[in-house]
Amino acid sequence: MLVLDRVSKTYPNGVHALGGVSLDVELGEIVAVIGGSGSGKSTLLRAIGGLDTATEGSILLDGDRIMAPHQKIGIIFQEPRLLPWLNVADNVGFGLGDRPKAERAARVAAALKRVGLADKAAMWPRELSGGQAQRVAIARALVPRPEVLLLDEPFSALDAFTRADLQDHLLDLWADAKPTLILVTHDVDEAIVLADRVMVMSPRPGRIFDEIEVALPRPRDRQSAAFDFAKRRVLAALDRSLNRAVTAAEDEPKADAGAALWW
Amino acid sequence: MSLVSMTAVADGSPTHVRAAGHRWARLTRPALGLLLPVAVGLGWEIVVRMGWASGRLAPPPSVILATFIDLARTGELQRNTLVTLARVAAGFGIGVAVATVLGAATGYSPWVRRLLDPSLQALRAIPSIAWVPLFILWLGIFEASKVTLIAVGVFFPVYLGLMGAIQSVDRKLVEVGRAFRLSGVAMVRRILLPAVLPAYVLSLRSGLGLGWMFVVAAELMGASEGLGYLLIDGQQLGKPAEIVAAIVAFAIVGKASDWLIVLVAAPFLRWEDVVRQD
Repeated sequence: MLVLDRVSKTYPNGVHALGGVSLDVELGEIVAVIGGSGSGKSTLLRAIGGLDTATEGSILLDGDRIMAPHQKIGIIFQEPRLLPWLNVADNVGFGLGDRPKAERAARVAAALKRVGLADKAAMWPRELSGGQAQRVAIARALVPRPEVLLLDEPFSALDAFTRADLQDHLLDLWADAKPTLILVTHDVDEAIVLADRVMVMSPRPGRIFDEIEVALPRPRDRQSAAFDFAKRRVLAALDRSLNRAVTAAEDEPKADAGAALWW
Repeated sequence: MSLVSMTAVADGSPTHVRAAGHRWARLTRPALGLLLPVAVGLGWEIVVRMGWASGRLAPPPSVILATFIDLARTGELQRNTLVTLARVAAGFGIGVAVATVLGAATGYSPWVRRLLDPSLQALRAIPSIAWVPLFILWLGIFEASKVTLIAVGVFFPVYLGLMGAIQSVDRKLVEVGRAFRLSGVAMVRRILLPAVLPAYVLSLRSGLGLGWMFVVAAELMGASEGLGYLLIDGQQLGKPAEIVAAIVAFAIVGKASDWLIVLVAAPFLRWEDVVRQD
């Protein structure tokens, strides 16, 4: 279980990115974090991943305080970030450096097969398409069998078709070992397709503004009325989160609030 | 049915033609580059043979070749080449070793960079040949001053190349290393080293090029053996063919040494050759 207790982050330049975020996430839960720009959602994810440290508050995973990257936590970034000098198989096995060679090879082969890229094992990252590269990145993050997988806008650089394809694929992979997924996104559809809970964050400083449960059975039909209803609830919460911020800051015209939440 | 056969024909013949054209182009393209030097050489040979010019100061290719073979037969060419090669190897080795240590330190640590880089940049502004009189005063006229000059020439491109390469390593890839909890040593070995290797190899090649340039300078300024000595010897005894033969020898060993670096580095840089997919 992952426990965030009043996590705050102020950058050295004085930017107050997170203003006391508390959140409990059960093992196997899928939580989407959504919010306008400046709502600190990426900062929050980086703090959980141990890439940045919180200035106040604490993050505990099964009682361990997270101060640096943890072996039970995997991260998938917006870009695949494959190492260009390693072939696909060696990229996938990157996190298994301490394992015996035979075990590493077997786990890499299984992971590549699972993401449908078994035939690409000997290729170089530069030879892959964007979607294929992100699949390799997913395989690389899953191979060490993390308890928590963090995803920072993982599909935002892909075209709509590939994105929907990879969202389904991610759920499929999640079902294998049911790790906890925490997904930062600015795509409301993506949040509702994937998540059990959608956390809506408000900006300056980043706070959890609202929490929306998505109790729809999986696989979720993007065309259904229930899906649409959940989407409206998230959009309404987003709108309110931005309006409040605008009223507080008095620096942005209200008309822009609706447009801002999409990107 | 006819549609199928038509597509097959339409598909088959152009690729066949293209493949044949490609093979032809691969043979002719380097040949095109040879056309000018071969034509000039041949033209000069004819001019001299016909007696339109004496060719005493600019010997024709046949005389140069004869001189080259002559020098090789007496063993003079090999001896002098080996001497020059040894000087370049020593200077290159020392220059690369010092440049690698300092380039890695200044690239890795901003603190070391602020301490050392301004001084090194100031030294770099001095044309290296200007050091020669000092080196001779300090180190004498024999090997030490020559090797030092070559080392100085090799040092700067390697130092700059490595420092720049380390500084420009993609932070996002370093973060991948952090996310997988690599220790300091593992981060260097698994992320930094492979990331800087292409730029490092390139800097070694330009360093080696300067090393060859400076060995000529060093040997011109006083040497009793070496390819540079052959140049001076040819000038003083009025043997232009010997000078050109020495120049050809320089070109051959210079190119071969560069090719050796490329050959050794190739297995580590194979990923660079792949065409990027978009």
